Amino acid sequence: MVFLFYLLTAIMLISALMVVFSRYPINSVIYLIICFLMVAGHYILLNAQFLAVVHIIVYTGAVMVLFLFVLMLLNLNAKIDTHRSVLIRIAAVVSGGLLFLVLVAALKGSLTAPLSGKFDSSIGLVKNLGMVLYKDFMLPFEMSSVLFLSAMVGALMLSKRQ
Amino acid sequence: MEANDLIFKIILLFLVFIITLLVAMYSTYAERKVAAFIQDRIGPNRAGTFGLLQPLADGVKMFMKEDIIPLHANKALFVMGPSIAMTTACLTGVIIPWGGELNIGGKIYSLQITDLNIGVLYIFAMVAIGVYGIMLGGWASNNKYALLGSVRAASQMISYELAMALAITALILKTGTLSLRDIVAQQQGWHWNIFYQPLGFLIFLVCAFAETNRAPFDMPECESELIGGYHTEYSSMRLGFYLFAEYINMFISSAVLATLYFGGYHMPFISHLGLSANTVVMLGTLFFFIKIFLLIFFFMWVRWTIPRFRYDQLMKLGWKGLLPLAFINIFITGLVMILL
Repeated sequence: MVFLFYLLTAIMLISALMVVFSRYPINSVIYLIICFLMVAGHYILLNAQFLAVVHIIVYTGAVMVLFLFVLMLLNLNAKIDTHRSVLIRIAAVVSGGLLFLVLVAALKGSLTAPLSGKFDSSIGLVKNLGMVLYKDFMLPFEMSSVLFLSAMVGALMLSKRQ
Repeated sequence: MEANDLIFKIILLFLVFIITLLVAMYSTYAERKVAAFIQDRIGPNRAGTFGLLQPLADGVKMFMKEDIIPLHANKALFVMGPSIAMTTACLTGVIIPWGGELNIGGKIYSLQITDLNIGVLYIFAMVAIGVYGIMLGGWASNNKYALLGSVRAASQMISYELAMALAITALILKTGTLSLRDIVAQQQGWHWNIFYQPLGFLIFLVCAFAETNRAPFDMPECESELIGGYHTEYSSMRLGFYLFAEYINMFISSAVLATLYFGGYHMPFISHLGLSANTVVMLGTLFFFIKIFLLIFFFMWVRWTIPRFRYDQLMKLGWKGLLPLAFINIFITGLVMILL
C-alpha cells in the first residue's frame, strides 16, 4: 500500500510538472489526464471508490474531453514559444512564490496536529457518502446544485445574446 | 484472499479476455452473414465450411499489411489511439457477473471477477475514457476527415452519456444498489427489469447504439461523408484494433444490457427442473450468453435496416428527445416508488 502510494504520487507529481513544462498544448492535456487518473488512484487507496469513479467520469471523462475539443477546433498543433518581458517573469515568480508560502503556512498546522475523532474507513463508500450528503449536509448540497444550474443558464444566456 | 481464490480469479480473467476476443472475432463474421441474409446474398463462404475461418483469414490479412504512419502525424498519439480504444473496451468485462456461484468441494467460487459496489458507475468511467482512443487517434492523423470524425464521435458520446446516465438513474432508484451482482440477484424468475423500466430500457438501448458508434448513429465513420472518419489514415492491425474495439464494445454493451434489464444469468422456471446447483449455474451462464448473442444480432439487424441519421437529427434526438424523456422516466419511477 505504501509502495503504491509513493508510485501514484511520483507519477502524479511528474505529470503535473509536465503539464506546466510541456511546449505542446496537446501534451499538457494528456499529462493532466494522467494526473487526474492518479488522483483517482489515491481515492481508491483511501477506500473512496465512489469518489474515485466520479472523479474519472467528471474530470477525465467530461472536463478534459472539452479541453481536447477546444484544442482540436482551434487546431493548436504548433509549439508555443512565449517571449514574455523580464518584468512579467519576475512578477510571475513572486506571485507564485507567495501562493506557495500561503499554502505551506496553511498546511503547517494541520500536519502536526493529531487527527480529531476516529477515522472511519468506510466513509467513502457510496452508501455512507449518500447518507452524509442527504442527511447532514442537505441544504448546502442542494444549494450547490442550484449554483450549477444558474451557471448553466448563465452560459446559455451569454451564448444566445449574439 | 487465499491462493485458491487467486488462481481461480486469474483463470477467470483469462477466460473472460479470450471469450471477449473470440466473440468479437466471430461478430465480424456474423455481421457479414446477417448482412448477407438481410440483403438476400450468401455472404462469406470460401474460407472453411460456411466461411467459418473467415475471421482468421481477415486477421492474418490485417497483420500482413503494411503499417503506415503518415509523415505529419503525431506519432506517439497515433500509436496510442487504437491502444486506448482496445484497452478500455476490454476493461469493462471485469465487473460483469458472467454467472452465479459455483460450489467446488465445499468452497464458493463466484463467476464474476470483481464485484465493485459502484459497478454501474465503473462502466461509465470506462466509456468516458474510451472516448480518448477515438479523439486522440483522429486528431493525431492530421487529416481533416479524421479530425471531423473524431470531433463528431466525442460530441456524440458526451451527449448520449447524459441520457444514458439518467436512464440508469431511474433503474438505480428501483433497485437501490449500484452493484451489478445485486441488480442481477433481484431479477430472479420473471422479475426482469425491462418489465419495470420499459422506457428506461428504450433510452438506454438507443444510447448504447450511439456510444458504440453503431448504425444508425455511425456518423464518426460515415463513409459517404468522411471516407472512414477517425480511422481514415490507419492501416494494418492498427485499423484492425479500431474495428475490433467496436465489436468488443458491442459485445460488452450487450452484456451490460442483458445484466441490467434481462435478468443476467437468471433463467425462468429453472428451479422447477430439480437440477443440481452447479448445473443450474453453468446453464445460467449459457443462458446469459444466449441473451447476449440475441442482443448482438439485434445490433446487426438494426444496422442493416435503418438508414443513417443526419448529424443535426442525432443531436436533436439526444438533447431534445431522449434527455427530457429520461427525466420524465425518473419522475415517474420516483412517483410510483413513493405511492406503492
